[in-house]
Amino acid sequence: MSTLTKTILQRLVTSIVMLIVISALVFFAVDMLPGDVARAILGSNASTEALEALRLKLGLDQPAVLRYFEWARGVLHGDFGVSLGSGEPVAQAISFRLYNTLFLAGLGAVISVPLALALGIGSALWRGSLFDRAASILTLGAISMPEFFVAYTLVAWFALHFQIFPPIATLPPDPSFGDRIEVLILPAITLAFSVVAHMMRMIRAALIDVLDSPYMAMAEMKGVPMRRRVLRHALPNAMAPIINVIVLNLAYLIVGVVVVEVIFVYPGLGQLLIDSVSQRDLPLVQASCLIFAGLYLLLNTVADVLAIAFNPRLRFPR
Amino acid sequence: MSLMSNPNDLTRRSPAMTQPLLKIDGLRIEVEKDGAWSEILHGVSLDLHRGEILGVIGESGAGKSTIGLAALGYVRKGGRFSGGTVHLDGVEMLSAPTAQVEKMRGMRVAYVAQSAASHFNPAHTIGDQFAEVLRMRSPMKKRDIARKAADLYAELGLPDPESIGGRYPHQLSGGQLQRAMIAMAMATDPDLLIFDEPTTALDVTTQLDVLGCVKRALTRSGAAALYITHDLALVAQISDRIMVMRHGAVVESAPTRQMLSAPAEDYTRALLKGVASERGPEFEAPKGERALLRLDNLTASYASGGKTVLKDVTVHVHRGETVAIVGESGSGKSTLTRSVVGLLPPSDGAMVFDGQQLLPKLENRRGEVLRRIQLVHQLPDLSLNGAQSIGTIIGRPLQLFRGLKGQAQRDRVAELLSMLELPESYVSRLPHQLSGGEKQRVAIARALAAEPELLICDEVTSALDQLVAAGVLRILRKLKEELGLSMIFITHDMATVREIADTVIVMRQGAVVNRGTVAEVLDHPSEPYTRQLVEAAPEMDPDWITRVRPDFASARG
Repeated sequence: MSTLTKTILQRLVTSIVMLIVISALVFFAVDMLPGDVARAILGSNASTEALEALRLKLGLDQPAVLRYFEWARGVLHGDFGVSLGSGEPVAQAISFRLYNTLFLAGLGAVISVPLALALGIGSALWRGSLFDRAASILTLGAISMPEFFVAYTLVAWFALHFQIFPPIATLPPDPSFGDRIEVLILPAITLAFSVVAHMMRMIRAALIDVLDSPYMAMAEMKGVPMRRRVLRHALPNAMAPIINVIVLNLAYLIVGVVVVEVIFVYPGLGQLLIDSVSQRDLPLVQASCLIFAGLYLLLNTVADVLAIAFNPRLRFPR
Repeated sequence: MSLMSNPNDLTRRSPAMTQPLLKIDGLRIEVEKDGAWSEILHGVSLDLHRGEILGVIGESGAGKSTIGLAALGYVRKGGRFSGGTVHLDGVEMLSAPTAQVEKMRGMRVAYVAQSAASHFNPAHTIGDQFAEVLRMRSPMKKRDIARKAADLYAELGLPDPESIGGRYPHQLSGGQLQRAMIAMAMATDPDLLIFDEPTTALDVTTQLDVLGCVKRALTRSGAAALYITHDLALVAQISDRIMVMRHGAVVESAPTRQMLSAPAEDYTRALLKGVASERGPEFEAPKGERALLRLDNLTASYASGGKTVLKDVTVHVHRGETVAIVGESGSGKSTLTRSVVGLLPPSDGAMVFDGQQLLPKLENRRGEVLRRIQLVHQLPDLSLNGAQSIGTIIGRPLQLFRGLKGQAQRDRVAELLSMLELPESYVSRLPHQLSGGEKQRVAIARALAAEPELLICDEVTSALDQLVAAGVLRILRKLKEELGLSMIFITHDMATVREIADTVIVMRQGAVVNRGTVAEVLDHPSEPYTRQLVEAAPEMDPDWITRVRPDFASARG
């Protein structure tokens, strides 16, 4: 079996175990929260009898362990249950939200990855130059500002003062691609702010590591021109760490959108997760958490697989 | 295009070309250190004619590699040219436009580095890296390049010359990579080759082989070469002239035979004398006395069921005796020491130290046993903690094994430093402020601080320059006599064996193939492998390589 297949299989098995552990942790954590689903649904004026009836209907009189296995059995059969709050099937409630979240994260990546690559490669090649220092200070500044601060500052300037973009990201019914882009520019830039610095610094470090290696000096001594040295000699060796950091940041983009979605009132998965936690809507919380965890694990595996694919030592063992 | 019919051959050897191929004139190079520029090359000049081979020797830091790189118009990061000129075939390499320098570097002058393993790009195959310059700058077709590579690989003695180009660097051994790098340098039939210690990292037998291949290939191609090394005997085999460097300046320069027979400068004489022996009396094991360390029929392997790395090895070390263990890398000599110090428990056999069973595992041994057996590692950079001062490093075993603290400890540290001929002021220094030889002496001082009865030295002088190594050996010999130490001395260098050892054990593939006194084993090697090892050590005689390997010799010039 090749190293690649072996790694993928290993990752698959661990991912499944991790997902089981995560689902149990989330289930019991939410169950332990103070408060009551029935009261959250019916409001504080509901009568004791009405509350009791709802609890029975939702099966909340059963012990938590039993409810967990009940839920797990459903998931294995492809049934994520029904939202306690709205009565809507979970799968349906989530699919539209998930698409929105992925769209936002994707737009964030489209802005941040090329920017981080350009800044990282540039500052590695011109190490110590004005460009290097400026890029370093700017990205550090960007990461030092909390997301909500960046978001509100962007809104203040580009939505209120110049009125170029909408201040909140509410989608019209049946939005077109252009509609989505327009409302998501500010949220995507906010997201990019938080990941560019990390990516750029890691890309710079990975590349400098390679540029300082004896084989780069050798390429220069062979008379290989600068452009070719960077593209053919340095990049293939820096590729594995660079891809790794990019993929991990993509994972952060997807999981880290929560704050941004809330600020811009964007109907994404993060927003849904927050709402369902406050309503003790266990099936929704569970499903959202599993999706986030699953995406995170998947992207990590992708990062590892790509690292192997770019390393001849692992592709061609002695 | 065949290897033998180089169209440049006629012009190359033409007597009309009186202009030197490489002319370095008053070259000065500075490096930046703590924000200030300091000069490391103080106006060096040299001429190299077509087809000539110039050996450049000196200790590390003498500036010989710097000069080699300068011939390519290259200076290491953090350095700069501050004066002088480098003319390669009429082109001034320091001021020529980048494009022209790049063209010269690819086609006219090529570089062979000391550590081929780190100078090959791990992401590309050997063959792609061989072809790179030819693909960029010559009209040669892909197939012809592959043909030429295979021819050169064969000439340099690489296995499987037809297909080895498709392999990645990590799939080749050190010796193979070194040959592949020489092949890569010769790919464009350059006029000038710079060899920067190309065999230093190799075993003696591999070194002889590579050296022979270099000599043959140079003879065939007629290229000129700068051969940089710290080994005078080695460079004498291959060069027409030798230039001795020290502290960034030329000490002297003369034709090889003249340099060897009549050196003009004291420093050259010291280099020539090198590790010349002044041996004490023959060691005689006292009759009837039991050996201090008895290793009987030791067998060991890494990981249970793994490859056996020690096979039925028996070694006895008497009090006051120094046993040298020699062999190539992979012969199991270092593994043997790992078993003695408890890092690799043997799977079979007995270890007895001073009449007591030596427990196989380090963690089960009592402190007293640990104290009595001390190990000095090959690379002091790895064995000394860079964050601790020399005083702390040597003081630690004093406190641990002998309970010395405060003033008593400081006094003993000073005493140990002076035993190793290091100044007392080094107490407060950090390892990186010391030279390689000094660091190794600190490592020895730390081992001696435990007052051991058995000192194991694992290639302690291999990474050092000739003269520095000679200094360390002299001190070890003195200490051995003064303290009555027993030693196991691991080395692959025969001169070192003659210098320090009483008895020799020759190992190959994990087994002992030969044993006896130094005189018995080295002067009259009976076993073929031992003879091979002994003969592979270069002698200070320019005709030596032709004598031991007539197959490499072909008339030159």
